[in-house]
Amino acid sequence: MATSNSEKIPLYGLMAEFASPETLIEAARQAHAAGFRRMDAYAPFPVEGLAEALGFHGSRVPLIVLIGGILGCLGGFLLQYWVAVIDYPINIGGRPLNSWPAFIPVTFEVTILIAALSAVFGVLALNGLPMPYHPVFNVERFELASRNRFFLCIEATDGQFDLENVRRFFESAGSQGVYEVEP
Amino acid sequence: MEANPQNDSAQTEDSLPVIEPGYTFGSITDKISSIVLTGRTPRFWYIGFALSFILVLVLFFCIAALLAVGVGLFGIMIPVAWGFAIVNFVWWIGIGHAGTLISAILLLLRQKWRQSINRFAEAMTLFAVACAGLFPVLHLGRPWYAYWLFPYPSTMGIQPNFRSPLVWDVFAVSTYFTVSLLFWFLGLIPDLATLRDRATGRVPRFIYGMLAMGWRGSAIHWQRYEMAYLLLAGLATPLVVSVHTVVSFDFAVALVPGWHSTIFPPYFVAGAIYSGFAMVLTIAIPLRKLYGLEDFITLRHLKNMGMVMLATGMIVAYGYLIETFMAWYSGDLFEKYMMMNRMFGPYGWMYWLLILFNIVIPQALWIRRLHTNVAVLFVIAIAVNIGMWLERYVIVVVSLHRDYMPSMWGMYSGTIVDYAVFAGSIGLFVCLLFIFIRVLPMISIFEMRELMHEEEARSE
Repeated sequence: MATSNSEKIPLYGLMAEFASPETLIEAARQAHAAGFRRMDAYAPFPVEGLAEALGFHGSRVPLIVLIGGILGCLGGFLLQYWVAVIDYPINIGGRPLNSWPAFIPVTFEVTILIAALSAVFGVLALNGLPMPYHPVFNVERFELASRNRFFLCIEATDGQFDLENVRRFFESAGSQGVYEVEP
Repeated sequence: MEANPQNDSAQTEDSLPVIEPGYTFGSITDKISSIVLTGRTPRFWYIGFALSFILVLVLFFCIAALLAVGVGLFGIMIPVAWGFAIVNFVWWIGIGHAGTLISAILLLLRQKWRQSINRFAEAMTLFAVACAGLFPVLHLGRPWYAYWLFPYPSTMGIQPNFRSPLVWDVFAVSTYFTVSLLFWFLGLIPDLATLRDRATGRVPRFIYGMLAMGWRGSAIHWQRYEMAYLLLAGLATPLVVSVHTVVSFDFAVALVPGWHSTIFPPYFVAGAIYSGFAMVLTIAIPLRKLYGLEDFITLRHLKNMGMVMLATGMIVAYGYLIETFMAWYSGDLFEKYMMMNRMFGPYGWMYWLLILFNIVIPQALWIRRLHTNVAVLFVIAIAVNIGMWLERYVIVVVSLHRDYMPSMWGMYSGTIVDYAVFAGSIGLFVCLLFIFIRVLPMISIFEMRELMHEEEARSE
C-alpha cells in the first residue's frame, strides 16, 4: 500500500545538505542562476546574503512597523483627547482642556507599544507562523538545521523541476546528501 | 571547562576573547542546550530554588495579610506616605534597565560581546519589572481596584487624569513589560526550535515544538526576523530611556524640596543602568561558575560590564554633586535645608553610606588588576546594589519627612512587613531566574553560532 501511494502523491521537493554557510550561499546562487525560483534555504543562524542569493529582496516588515507606530501615536493622543476634552472634562483653574504637552508621555508609550506589537505579529504573519506542519520536517536529517547543518530545498512546484536534473545539480554544487521531501 | 586564572591575568585586556576558541556550531549548541535538556538537575539548583521559594511563600503570606488588613501593616504614615513600596518599585524597575540596554542599545552599537549575556539579562529585566509592578499595586491600599488606573468605559462615568505622572507610569511600565516580553520571546523562537529538535522526551518535544511555532530556519524568515529584531531594538532604546524618565517625573513634577529638580530624568536613567549592570554582574558571576560557562561569558564580558558601571556611576556622582550645588546656588531656604538635613539630619548616616557604596567603592574599577578580578567585581556589584537602594530611600523618605512646615515633620521606619515584602520580592526574582535557567537556554544559541561564524571569518 505504501509503495502504491508514494507513486501517486507527488514529492514536495528535493533537499540537499551542506556543511558550511559558504557552500550553501554558493549553491543558492547557482540554483537561482539556473532558473529555479520556488526554493528555500535553511540555516541554524541568519546567514548574511543568503536571502539575496535566493532572489529575495526587501521585506515589508519596516512598513508594517511604521504604520503600527503612526496608528499608535494617533490612537494614544486621541484617547487622551477624548477622555480629557469630551468624555470627562475637568476645569482646573481655567486651564485648557486639551493640555497637549501633558499628553506627550502616554502618546509616546502607546506609539512604541503598537509599533512593537506590529513588528512581532507582523513578522510572524509574514513568515506564516505558527505552522504546526511543514513537509521539510519529514526529512530525518533536517533536525540538524537547528544545530549545525545547512539545507537547500528546491520545490516540485517549480516550473523547471526535474528530479534527476535537480539531483545532479545538487551533487555538482557540493552537497553532502540529497533527500526526497515527502509532502 | 576549567577556568584558567594564570591565563586570565597574563592576557592584556584588549586581547580578551568574546568566546574561547575551539568550538563548532554543533558543540556550542550541545553545550548550551544540554543545561536544559539534561535529565539531572544539579543539587545547587534544588537548594537555590528551595531557599528562594521559601521567600516567595513569605511574600504570598504578606500579600494575603495586606489584602486582609490593609496598608496599615506598612510603616507609612503622614508625612511619609511613600515608604518601602515606592523605594522598592524604583529600585526594581531600575535594575530591569540593564537588560534592555544590553539587548537593544548594544545591538544597535554592534557590540558583539553582548551576545552571550543578552538572553539572561532580558529575562532579568522581565522578572525585575514583574517585581516592580507588584509594589505600586500593593501600595494602592485596595489593589483589587488597580484596573481603575486604565481608561475604560466605567459605569461611574469617570476617567483617569492623563495630566498626572502616576498615570504616565502605568502606561510606561506596562508598555515596558510588554515590549520586553516580545523582544525576549522573539529572540527565543529559533532556540526553542533547537530544543524541539534536540529534546528526546515526547513531552518536552511537544512543549518546545508548540512554543517554537514551527520555526524551520528558512533564509527568508531569517531575513524578516533580523529586520524585526533590529526595529524592536530601535523601539526599545527610546523606550528604556523614557521609562525611568517617567518614573523620575513621579518625583520631579511634585513640589517637595529634594524632588522638584530638572536633573532627575537623566540622573535616574543613569542610576537605573548603573544598578542594572550591577545586578547582571551579581547574577552572571555565580552562573558562569556553577554551569561552567566561562568560555562563553568570558572575563571580557565582566570587564566591559564593570566599565559601563564605572561610566554610569560617574554620571550618578555628577547628579549628586549638582543636586548639592543647586541647593546652595538656588539660595532657596527649603532647598538648602533639605540638603543639610539629607547630609546631617536623622537619616544622614544613610546618605554617607550611599556615597560610600555608590561613589567611593566603585572607584576601584579604575585599576586594571581589580576590574579583571572576578571576586572584586562581584563585591563591587553587591555594593552598588545596596547603594542604589539606599539612594532611592534617601530620595523618597528623607525628602518627605521634613518638607515646608515644621509642624508637618515626622519620622519613618519600615515595619517587619515592609522588610518581609522586600525580601519576598527578591525571592520571587531569584525563584523565577532559577526556573528560567532550568527550562530555557540562558545564552542565545543561534547568536553564539553567528558570533562564532563571524569570529572565524575575521581570523581567516
